[in-house]
Amino acid sequence: MNILLNNKPEKLFDGSTVKKLLENKNIKNKYYAVEINRKIIPKSDHERYVIKDGDRIEIITAIGGG
Amino acid sequence: MSKLIINKKEYSSRLILGTGKYKDFDETKTAIESSGCEMVTVAIRRMNIGQDDKSKNLLDYVSPDKYTILPNTAGCYTAEDAVRTCELAEELLNGEKLIKLEVLSQSKTLFPNVVETIKAAEILVKKDFKVMVYTTDDPIVAKELEKVGCECVMPLGSSIGSGIGIINEYNIREIIENATVPIIIDAGVGTASDACIAMELGCDGVLMNTAIACAKEPIKMASAMKYAVIAGREALLAGRIVKKQSGSASSPKAGLVTGD
Repeated sequence: MNILLNNKPEKLFDGSTVKKLLENKNIKNKYYAVEINRKIIPKSDHERYVIKDGDRIEIITAIGGG
Repeated sequence: MSKLIINKKEYSSRLILGTGKYKDFDETKTAIESSGCEMVTVAIRRMNIGQDDKSKNLLDYVSPDKYTILPNTAGCYTAEDAVRTCELAEELLNGEKLIKLEVLSQSKTLFPNVVETIKAAEILVKKDFKVMVYTTDDPIVAKELEKVGCECVMPLGSSIGSGIGIINEYNIREIIENATVPIIIDAGVGTASDACIAMELGCDGVLMNTAIACAKEPIKMASAMKYAVIAGREALLAGRIVKKQSGSASSPKAGLVTGD
């Protein structure tokens, strides 16, 4: 299936969960948040949340700023 | 010396640092340590996906266990975007509700859009966020933001990153006189005397980034700012003398060897 990850097109296996996506992308930074189609997906739901074709996924973090 | 209280937490330092524009994370960390501050701002952005395992994150250097992390809404131009950013920040920091709200109007002056700022503050307070709000030095707007329920009101000294200092001391004084929440100067500080003046005026704290990060020697400037804030606060509490038109000798006349 096709998704948009941080505004870039990506291909994922059907049935991928948020947890799987984070693992595949090798995200080890513990400070992040996930939003899908403008809705925040809490960390407690990452294991069971199944990504759908066409989802717009944002993974955000904290960077330097004033 | 009285302490600054924000969101029920006591702070010994009245200096808050931004973490942008530093050369690298090591310099960010050392400047923060040198400043003695206990609260730092961070920005919320898309993660750089595809980075290698070794690439570190800012919060690996500036630990939330040690510092109060204040996520900002920098780069937001509408109330809607600012609220969305705050909700992402809350999830990122595992439920922390303290945020710095800034809603800008245009990219040249970076002046706040006060209409959108008030709108965002109302929504965020209803959602139980503890809002430290960046605003203009307009005393009426500052009071409105306090009435809405903001935790702190943070008027600009001058434009973000300008280094001009406090351009309207009279407005800042007026804001402080009318306030029942902490007033923190946010933006415009260029050097230590600007921070000192802010504190002498009666501000509860100063937030700065560029003045330190873009100084020739950021670590030294961070230390200068630490002392400037302490000096300004102590001078305020000590109470300055009244300015006089004429001179007033410090040495007594009595006992003068050249006298009668």
